[in-house]
Amino acid sequence: MEIGLNHYLVLSTILFAIGLVGIMRRKNLLLLFFATEILLNAVNIAFAAISHYYGDLTGQMFAFFVIAIAASELAVGLGLLIVWYKRHGNIDLDTMTSMRG
Amino acid sequence: MELYLYIALFAPLVSSMFSALFTNTPKKQFVGIVASLLIFTAFGSSTILLSHILGGGDIVHVEMMTWMATGNLYIPFGFVVDQVSVTMMMVVTLVSTIVHIYSIGYMDHDKGFNRFFAWLSAFVFSMMILVMSDNFAGLFIGWEGVGLCSWGLIGFWFHKEVATWAANEAFIMNRIADLAMLIGIFLVYWNTGSLQYDIAFPAMATLDPSTLTWMGIFLFIGAMGKSAQFPLHTWLADAMEGPTPVSALIHAATMVTAGVYLVIRSNELYDLIPNVGLFIASLGAFVALFAASMALVNRDMKRIIAYSTLSQLGYMFVAAGLGAYWVALFHLMAHAFFKALLFLGAGNVMHAMHDELDPFKMGGLYKKMKWTAIMMTIASIALAGIFPLAGFFSKDAILEAAFVEHHFIIYSVILFTAGLTAFYSFRLVAMIFHGEERYKLFGIDPHEAYKFMLVGMSPLLILAIIAGALKGTYFEMITGLLPNTEYHLHSELTYWIMTIGTQVFVALAIMYAYKKYAFSPVSVPDGTSKMENSFMYKLLLNQYYIPYAYEEYIVKPYNELSAALWKVDQNVVDASVDGIANIFYKTGENTRHMQSGNLSTMLKWMVAGTVALLSLAVVFGLAARYSGEIRTILSGLGV
Amino acid sequence: MFEAVAFYLFAFLTIAMFYITVTTSQALYALTALAAGMIFISAFFFILGADFLGAVQIIVYTGAVMALYAFGMMFFDTTREVKEKQGNKFIVVGLATLAAVMVVAIFVAPIVSTNMTAFYPMVEGAGNTQEVGLVLFTKYLIPFEVAAVMLLVAMVAGIVLAGKKMDLSLTLMSAEQAKDIDDKDKKVLS
Repeated sequence: MEIGLNHYLVLSTILFAIGLVGIMRRKNLLLLFFATEILLNAVNIAFAAISHYYGDLTGQMFAFFVIAIAASELAVGLGLLIVWYKRHGNIDLDTMTSMRG
Repeated sequence: MELYLYIALFAPLVSSMFSALFTNTPKKQFVGIVASLLIFTAFGSSTILLSHILGGGDIVHVEMMTWMATGNLYIPFGFVVDQVSVTMMMVVTLVSTIVHIYSIGYMDHDKGFNRFFAWLSAFVFSMMILVMSDNFAGLFIGWEGVGLCSWGLIGFWFHKEVATWAANEAFIMNRIADLAMLIGIFLVYWNTGSLQYDIAFPAMATLDPSTLTWMGIFLFIGAMGKSAQFPLHTWLADAMEGPTPVSALIHAATMVTAGVYLVIRSNELYDLIPNVGLFIASLGAFVALFAASMALVNRDMKRIIAYSTLSQLGYMFVAAGLGAYWVALFHLMAHAFFKALLFLGAGNVMHAMHDELDPFKMGGLYKKMKWTAIMMTIASIALAGIFPLAGFFSKDAILEAAFVEHHFIIYSVILFTAGLTAFYSFRLVAMIFHGEERYKLFGIDPHEAYKFMLVGMSPLLILAIIAGALKGTYFEMITGLLPNTEYHLHSELTYWIMTIGTQVFVALAIMYAYKKYAFSPVSVPDGTSKMENSFMYKLLLNQYYIPYAYEEYIVKPYNELSAALWKVDQNVVDASVDGIANIFYKTGENTRHMQSGNLSTMLKWMVAGTVALLSLAVVFGLAARYSGEIRTILSGLGV
Repeated sequence: MFEAVAFYLFAFLTIAMFYITVTTSQALYALTALAAGMIFISAFFFILGADFLGAVQIIVYTGAVMALYAFGMMFFDTTREVKEKQGNKFIVVGLATLAAVMVVAIFVAPIVSTNMTAFYPMVEGAGNTQEVGLVLFTKYLIPFEVAAVMLLVAMVAGIVLAGKKMDLSLTLMSAEQAKDIDDKDKKVLS
């Protein structure tokens, strides 16, 4: 059985959905970051697969930059997280209501 | 000459604006004086223009500025001073000058003194636009302007409910007629392509008679409203709730004659459709009789004079309808003089009697108010048409016209009406100035009006006496524009028989009035005498039950309909509007939870939003991809 | 055949790992599951012949990112169970699925239609890393440099934010308030 592009896309879809579920149900900020990593990785798979099946390196390039972005997002995000934790003693999303209108 | 034209037109506007500055301040004598002076300036300019026209000068025609110019529609603010409009201008400015002066005295103790002059001058301005405009659009502006000012002046004492009611009635009735008039104007424009008199009327000669008939009918309905012809007449009597100078100026001398002016101005149209003319004449004759009969028994001084105005307007329409336009205009002019005088005299009496209007409660006022009595008597003689006063010449010409045109029914009706006119006029004079001094029973102490008021009225008095002498000059002038239909009876003898017969008939009516109301005891009617219980008396006193019928068969059903529709409005229109508002309220109420400040919820909404946007992208992407197929399917469905 | 087996195996493993990541109530489990998932994903890259990307995936994610998370978690009270009050699960899952399907549909549409040609085709006879290098340092040089700067900035920002007492300079608080917080921090950290 030949594994085609569609297989990878379906896998990517599933992973993406899992990531979104995580985004929506996680209340802990750190775990929320995990979910975003899942999203990014799901997209990366799709990029790599498309790149492979169409013989075009652009997809890999994109995946590469996505990884770079993920790394920088993590660095800044984690720093902010620590600041928040220092000030409030928790990283619970439900307590972050300073934007309440 | 153009300068005088502009002065005559805009002096009243300046006066109105000037007075309007002081509307919220207490009475200021100088407001009245300045207003009167400005109106007098307009009068002076009109006189100069009149002499210019009389001297055979050219018609003054100016185009002040372009008002509307789109496509084929071109309506300028143009003004014309020709024989007809200069006559109207003279009448308007003269009577309004006198009324302005008179009002300084009459409104002396009124809180709204300044406001009164603002309205009054605004009225004069509107009236000037009406008569001077060289096109139907300008005429319509003036037409609506006088309607508005009339509304403001009838309801001048707006704290009186009856006055506001009368003002609204007048306004609404006029609106009904104005709608028809507007349709008429549209028809004129549609068929001739212009609203300018000097383009539209010549173009009418080539039009289909049925189109012209409709034009004539619709324009005349407009005239009927303004001139209070049957069946739109009820507002005029009710309009007497306004201050008396207003009645004199607007509801006797000027505004109500605007309808006659319209017919005269459109003479070229009505000449082409003699059937409509005959209808106008018949209606005029009917209204003359109808109004005169109501005046016979009425117990309200001002209403009697108002009915008399109505009756005289009927005369004017008889003349205009029969094609004797210059006679109609002449009667209009003469009537303006003596009727304004009559009203102003009535105002003096009212003032003296502390706003008492019932002539049955007066009597013997001659001793107290000599000059007013003389003026009113002369005005009444003129109204009755006794030689050699103004009314004789004008009314006699109308009778002749009807006779010569072989409309004998109309002739006999208006002849009979002439007798009635004489009777009710002198019934009024006799009851007010002669007989027992019944007012003593009511503890009123009458006094003569201010001197300057009487002096101010004197030009009217003079004109009411001598206007007939001007007939020849007038005829010379006016036939420069209007058809010079002269009416000559076939034989001298018939003429003399007719004239003398009419005079005798009128004189008899006057004598009867005096006998009944001056030389025999008159008591205040208490509803017991035989005459008062007769059917005719009741019918006439209740104005043929027409206001009652209007109330019962138009106003009430309309109210009910409105009540029903109000429900519809509430349940359908309001409900839908409220519903839309409620949707937003509810949406806001329900979606405010979105803004809980909880990041987790926000994330969920973010995802939901992303999904929505993505689905839109997918849908539009597909639609763009398969646009050809979609078009095929839609065209297959017949869209 | 080998490819298919490998694909299904790693697909299952990845999905399982990520599922654990988003459902477990233990932060440590989530972290380890995520790390494992990342490594499994690199397996796909290798299957797809993107060797360089696979290596980067392992190095960056498992080496750097996960280590960073692990360090980050040291600051937090990770032993405490995360309480998660859930709303409607179907809505969450449904929305997620819908969004995922749609994203994929959008990305796939131009691919499925035939009008796509390779901009930078694979170079024959060169290894993947070489190919990547060729494209990256010719066509994508500027984005590469920008990404490098971005990473530098992110690094500085991370240090500034997480660095001790650095937060004081970033606030708009008055001195007293900052001092209070400082005291509180000490208490929390001790």
